[in-house]
Amino acid sequence: MTAVDTMATIRQTFFQECEEQLNETETGLLALEIGEADAETVNAVFRAVHSIKGGAGAFKFERLVRFAHKFETALDRLRDHRMEPSPGVMKIMLRSADLLADLVREAQGQQEVEDARLQALSADLAGLSEDEAPAPAAASDEGDSFGFQPLTLSLDGFAPVAAMQDWRIFFRPMPDLYRRGNEPARILRELAQLGAVSTRCDASALPLLDAFDPNGAYLAWTIDLATAAPRDAVEEVFDFVRDDCELTIETVAAASAAKDEAANGDGLDFTPLTIDLPAPEAAATPREKPKPEIAKLETAKAEAPVSQTIRVDLERVDRLANLVGELVINQAMLSQSILDAGLPRACKAFDDLTSLEQLTREIQEGIMAIRAQPVKPLFQRMTRIVRELADMTGKQVRLKTEGEATEVDRTVFEKLADPLTHMIRNAIDHGLESPEERRAAGKPDQGEVRLSAAHRSGRIFIDVSDDGKGIDRARVKAKAVEKDLIAADAQLSSAEIDSLLFLPGFSTASTVSDISGRGVGMDVVRSSIQSLGGRISITSRPGLGTTFSMSLPLTLAVLDGMVVRVADQTLVAPLTAIVETLRPKAQQVHRLGVETRVLADRGVFVPLIDVGREMGYRDDEADPTLGVVIIVESEGGRRCALIVDAILDQRQVVIKSLETNYQHIPGVAAATILGDGRVALILDIDIFVAGASAHAQSPLAAE
Amino acid sequence: MPMTILTVDDSRTMRDMLNLALSEAGYRVVDAVDGAHGLERLREEKPDVIITDINMPRLDGFGFIEAVRNDPGYRSIPILVLTTENAPEKKDRARKAGATGWIVKPFDAEKLVSAVRRVAA
Repeated sequence: MTAVDTMATIRQTFFQECEEQLNETETGLLALEIGEADAETVNAVFRAVHSIKGGAGAFKFERLVRFAHKFETALDRLRDHRMEPSPGVMKIMLRSADLLADLVREAQGQQEVEDARLQALSADLAGLSEDEAPAPAAASDEGDSFGFQPLTLSLDGFAPVAAMQDWRIFFRPMPDLYRRGNEPARILRELAQLGAVSTRCDASALPLLDAFDPNGAYLAWTIDLATAAPRDAVEEVFDFVRDDCELTIETVAAASAAKDEAANGDGLDFTPLTIDLPAPEAAATPREKPKPEIAKLETAKAEAPVSQTIRVDLERVDRLANLVGELVINQAMLSQSILDAGLPRACKAFDDLTSLEQLTREIQEGIMAIRAQPVKPLFQRMTRIVRELADMTGKQVRLKTEGEATEVDRTVFEKLADPLTHMIRNAIDHGLESPEERRAAGKPDQGEVRLSAAHRSGRIFIDVSDDGKGIDRARVKAKAVEKDLIAADAQLSSAEIDSLLFLPGFSTASTVSDISGRGVGMDVVRSSIQSLGGRISITSRPGLGTTFSMSLPLTLAVLDGMVVRVADQTLVAPLTAIVETLRPKAQQVHRLGVETRVLADRGVFVPLIDVGREMGYRDDEADPTLGVVIIVESEGGRRCALIVDAILDQRQVVIKSLETNYQHIPGVAAATILGDGRVALILDIDIFVAGASAHAQSPLAAE
Repeated sequence: MPMTILTVDDSRTMRDMLNLALSEAGYRVVDAVDGAHGLERLREEKPDVIITDINMPRLDGFGFIEAVRNDPGYRSIPILVLTTENAPEKKDRARKAGATGWIVKPFDAEKLVSAVRRVAA
């Protein structure tokens, strides 16, 4: 890897780290705002902003550096309690965090930040630091040494044009110089790199051994240096030790004058000792071997374990996940071949196959765990959207989040941001009332939007709910009639009216509002959730609020399925949807009208779906008593009974997207490759269930 | 054998930059994410030079330097501190804690390496 590549990688690291630090900043500020912060919170926020500034400086993102610096200055005042986290202050702080995030994005070339906004907030921040007359931090405002100051210290010491100059340097280290780990020998060596040196060591102060203090400093040096380097370069060598030694640097002419004067006075009675480099380390503290004192530090270590992590390119993990997918298919094929070979059941191959299966599954779960990440960052992003919307609409909103630690697969995670954003917008814009309206309704001024995530039976459930006015069903229905989406005399249940929101082209606001509008409707939200293999439903109670509930698969890579045969076709039904399987008796099957049949199962009527006919595999009606019936349940909890010819197997299948490879087919969620190499379609259970209830009860077509 | 340098900084970006510049200059680099981790790495890696940030969680640069200096095995190990600003009071505190020298951020590779050469044999 070349240095340029490495720099590009570090740049990437910088932006990743910025994301983390921005999250840290926001979390900390939010905690401060509600008074749940301790001293370390402010410190952590300060550190995060400081780190962003540091990294940005290295990459010369000037605007980012300058703003981060102003932000940091204000935070510093919060940190030392020169300023209290009042609501006004916190508002500026939170906005600054948002702007900082945008400036990071600007540095990435993803967006541009308007100068006016930058200046306005910079002024606000400066205002926070102004109340106190000579703000110490503000003094260094622009003046900070952020520009690079490349030090062109020529190590060869030969600058062809510059004139040679003779220097006489007197250097007497004090004990602190050694205590801080500096070494005269190294300083002398560095001087030697500037030019020709002649060094005399004055060891006259060196006491006899019994009086020798290992921490003392007894030596002094007089160095004659002939160099073309400027005085600054000579002084620079002593930069770290200047306060820990006696030091004079003079040109030789001046030095000899001084020496003459001294000789005429009390005289120089030390014995000059000319030495070779490196200088003796007699005066330096000897490096001792570690002593049992370490024990104390070991305890500190035990108290604060550092979690070991590595960073891996996502592509590698994805590749691994794909390979495991192939491995699953391959293993299925192998099982098939072993079965086909007609080996006796007691054969060792079967045992081995079982362990292979087990291992494959473990590897797969392991890889899924690598790709899983908590929804927390996603939820945090929403807090900002809530804040911006609250400002824009004049509504008071509090976002409550639950289940932030719930983990989802990365692929799911990334695609959730847009639909979530839209739902939150929708909740605030359409759901919540203005403070006045809320007061009139006997509710607190501040509305609440709740975002929750949970992990249940192999799926992720995410709810977005508000405590607003609920869906205005009369208006929704009128709108749907007006838009020709339903017949004027259609009799719809409340749930059906609510579901109208998901129809393409539906929008209740008479003008597309700036907020939830943006040209997308809930239909887009629904289709993006569906493309993730998820479902979305809506429930609303007038005056009490609305809830959007989503359920998503844990991963988009594999699923446990039941392999069934229908009219000589092999299909897969997702195991999570299956409630039970049974062979119905004739008296359990009842006919409703010409087309619809229902199955009486334990006192409940469940619509019967003839999969073969629905999928267009055959024209004639299947006899449920000859085949098997699979009772499935949709996300909404509704059930239907699928008629299939036979159950072949139950196995894990690798999901291959149909949309990517072919096109979307209603009723089919995806495809897979079976052990014998054949392609099988995976049924979209919810579509069947929705279709069944549509046939049975509702005037609405399913899809 | 090349000299080992321990870099202690809570910013991954900064650690990566230090590591890049120092390894290109031929040093072996080991790193730590804060002062407490730095003390652990010190025992494991026995570095020849330490470069540390100041503002870090758990154990900051000042505390880290003091702890290192209190360990007889590392009483005279060269320690360079990274300071963002040319803040004299920070530099002073670091010196009091026992820092050997300092590097002002942002640094270029040349400046960094010459600071290391100045304090390390």
